[in-house]
Amino acid sequence: MSHAMHLEESPTTGDEVITNYTINFGPQHPAAHGVLRMVMELDGEIIERIDPHVGLLHRGTEKLIEHKTYLQALPYFDRLDYCSPLAQEYSYVLAIEKLLNVEVPERGQYLRVLFAELTRICNHMLNIGAHVMDVGAMTPNLWVFELREDCMNFFERASGARMHAAWFRPGGVHQDVPEKLLVDIGEWVDGRLQELFGDAMSLVLDNRIFKQRNVDIAVVGKDDAVAWGFSGPMIRAAGIPWDLRKSQPYDVYDRMEFDIPVGTNSDCYDRFVVRVKEVYESAKIIKQCLAQMPGGPVASDDRKVAPPKRAEMKQSMEALIHHFKLYTEGFHVPAGEVYVATESPKGEFGVYLVSDGSNKPYRCKIRPTAFSHLQAMDFMSRGHMLPDATAILGAIDVVFGECDR
Amino acid sequence: MAVLHSAPRFTQIDGLEATLTRALGDHLLEAHDEHGELLLTVKRDSIEEVLRILRDDHAYQQLMEIAGVDYPSRPERFEVVYMLLSLTTNSRIMVKCTASEDTPVPTATTLWPNAGWLEREVFDLYGVLFAGNTDLRRILTDYGFEGHPFRKDFPLTGYHELRYSEDEKRVVYEPVELAQDLRQFDFMSPWEGADYVLPGDEKADMPPVDDPKTTESPKQTGAGAKADYKAADKVSADAPAEKDGGEDAASPEPTEDQPSRAKRKGKTSDTARATEPKKKDEK
Repeated sequence: MSHAMHLEESPTTGDEVITNYTINFGPQHPAAHGVLRMVMELDGEIIERIDPHVGLLHRGTEKLIEHKTYLQALPYFDRLDYCSPLAQEYSYVLAIEKLLNVEVPERGQYLRVLFAELTRICNHMLNIGAHVMDVGAMTPNLWVFELREDCMNFFERASGARMHAAWFRPGGVHQDVPEKLLVDIGEWVDGRLQELFGDAMSLVLDNRIFKQRNVDIAVVGKDDAVAWGFSGPMIRAAGIPWDLRKSQPYDVYDRMEFDIPVGTNSDCYDRFVVRVKEVYESAKIIKQCLAQMPGGPVASDDRKVAPPKRAEMKQSMEALIHHFKLYTEGFHVPAGEVYVATESPKGEFGVYLVSDGSNKPYRCKIRPTAFSHLQAMDFMSRGHMLPDATAILGAIDVVFGECDR
Repeated sequence: MAVLHSAPRFTQIDGLEATLTRALGDHLLEAHDEHGELLLTVKRDSIEEVLRILRDDHAYQQLMEIAGVDYPSRPERFEVVYMLLSLTTNSRIMVKCTASEDTPVPTATTLWPNAGWLEREVFDLYGVLFAGNTDLRRILTDYGFEGHPFRKDFPLTGYHELRYSEDEKRVVYEPVELAQDLRQFDFMSPWEGADYVLPGDEKADMPPVDDPKTTESPKQTGAGAKADYKAADKVSADAPAEKDGGEDAASPEPTEDQPSRAKRKGKTSDTARATEPKKKDEK
């Protein structure tokens, strides 16, 4: 805290007034959701100005990707927003597929949509729990973490890894899932998810304290939400029904029936409720995927892009050559540039991929969701109380692996 | 080309390229379709005006991203790419302009408040300047960082590393020291676009020799009576002659038990001690 904090006599009321002072919020603060340093200028407990300092988790991912082949670069995407790994691989593999113009078999598309929605639930479980805990409640967080753990187990059964799955590949997914896993996901979506999540939310949604901390906090008008480049639940809470899964569908999202929850008041409470409703919509999509999913291959049969299975490799010389070439040299992507954005749980996650025709990306610019949202932190917090900053941060759903890259 | 991929499908507006070409007039340098997305290259000085026209007259309400790209071989090495999104027409376009280290790009902060950080990022990582951005500080790199790390000529390992020093009780910065070389594997096929010389290929470009060695006459082959005579000699000319020096004549004296030899001077006489490492204070 600054030494400038000294008391003065107010000329009008006789009360003591406090001159503005500056504090550091973070870089290590439990409510900062990672390493965020915010230099806050306060007038008493009222926030006058916030200067967020990001980049404390900057690892130069985009530069590292320029030195890796297309396939080697994929696992970096898991490590950006480590709360929704598969949603980020999604943008990247779609960008590569767009440059290559590769067709993905139907089952592969359904599996990707299914697991992207499972990732959305997994992400929202963390955010909802953390947001509730930021404003003072403990129990719901513990309950929804149970559900998050279930999601992790599903990822593990599909890919072998709980978090950093690296399961989406250019041309499809890495390998097919066991039939029992799909059955279990179906049962989980109908049973445990509804039950446990419903219970947890019944504690929160009408809770007086929770509403006092969130309703009418950080109200952002429609025009401002558009101007500040908001996306995802942040723009939907402002009453704009904008969802890339609906408006710019990718894979089989155009066959899914789901609603886009929107807010009416555009405050932190609306952002929270939009996420809660989205969990149920994701559950609907998962059920439809399970019902519609056809059999067949899960990855492209274009052997210049997708490697053959190991069993095939042991029998066929050609498959062995393809396998060797794809895992050493990798595939070459025709020169060109694309910007591909998908609806990640946090908003629009985009990848701007420039290829020079070689086996490595020439440039891979990642469009994080949190960057634009966090930039509006100053604008959203102005005039609010210091403790509101944690509620606003929680409602942004910021993860620094992604923001700082 | 038929679209086989399943990447996001946004609305393709008929005649968009013609409409925008007309609207932008002289500002536009080049426009083409890139995988179903319109890519406009405009003059650097009119980027702000172009973005304003696109935002106000053509409903591209959102600025989603500003990306920098570095092409060191070009006269103006940087490209600044603006990704615009229209929420009402459900369309995306990319607008780009070029820049060099000392040619500032007009800022877009007058149009979108979120352009501030996006421009700061391009400045931080590439060193592109934005004229009119009042808060052009570094954003992602460390406090006090020097250089622009995403330029192609900036090494992947960087120049400085930091660690916690137990002696100084703080984090210290030191020049990068790699225990082993950074492993950059080159998996490019040497038959397709390798930018190094294949072993043996360097001979193709050797200058011709002044006096080429030929074997056009029998004399030049080196064959003849002289060579035949030499070949008949069983022993090569330089081989040492064999001498009979008797039994064990050349065997050396045994090295042990030589009481006649004088004792060596100096510290090395004590073999066990001599093999021990020297202590610092001994010198």
